[in-house]
Amino acid sequence: MSLFDIAFYFFALITVASAALVVFSRNIIYSAFALLFTFFGVAGLYALLGADFVAVAQLLIYVGGILVLLLFGVMLTTKLVSVDMKTGTLQALPATLLFAAVAGALSGVYIITDWNVLAGAPDAATTAVTIGDMFLTTWLLPFEIASVVLLVALVGAAMIARRDARSKPTQQAAL
Amino acid sequence: MMLEVGLTHFLLVSALLFSLGLYCVMTRRNAIIVLMGIELILNSANLNFIAFSRFGGAKLDGQMAAIFVIILAAAEAAIALAIVLNIYARFATVNVDEINQLKE
Repeated sequence: MSLFDIAFYFFALITVASAALVVFSRNIIYSAFALLFTFFGVAGLYALLGADFVAVAQLLIYVGGILVLLLFGVMLTTKLVSVDMKTGTLQALPATLLFAAVAGALSGVYIITDWNVLAGAPDAATTAVTIGDMFLTTWLLPFEIASVVLLVALVGAAMIARRDARSKPTQQAAL
Repeated sequence: MMLEVGLTHFLLVSALLFSLGLYCVMTRRNAIIVLMGIELILNSANLNFIAFSRFGGAKLDGQMAAIFVIILAAAEAAIALAIVLNIYARFATVNVDEINQLKE
């Protein structure tokens, strides 16, 4: 068993175990912090696959951005002082059946398919350079569209989340 | 053959992540945990992209797709959290089974 294999099993164990904790934990705070380890594990798997740039981007954006946003959401929508941190589940039995079916079908397909693996690993020293080149040549249009989407999402999120200053007085007047 | 880590191993991890995310989206009542399940699903898709990029020759197109997925996940999380905060301000709950009307 090589070092690569050991590292793979380590990261895979972290990823799957913490993802299971996210899903099955009763406490929403435990779920949020288990998600942190899932993101770390997936970033480790990316690094093992030679995608160092994506691994770092995963850490920066998911752990530094999305997880913090989710934690803000948890804090702002949960009554921290009461015992309302626990959240229930719905339709556990059909969901369990579908979970087993999807996991079994996907795993079966992945195992029995004879994948045509091509030789040649990406040169880890130049992935960032290559990705930068591809952003500005082959992928230029998606790159520009993504920047517009990000701008629109930013403005839209700010518009949706802020307190509506104009509608409040009318509500109070109606009351 | 199965003991040596190859493409299939990464795909199996991704399959498990996807199923767990699906289970999370289907069963949890809290909207924020549903969002976490969506993030799990997106991560599993990204893992597939990068695994195929690594084992399908030395092309980096899979990594590019993964980067775009990460970008859109960030935008999605921001918008979805804004909507959830708004819903909480309106209905004082974020349980998806209790929010069944568009206005109070």
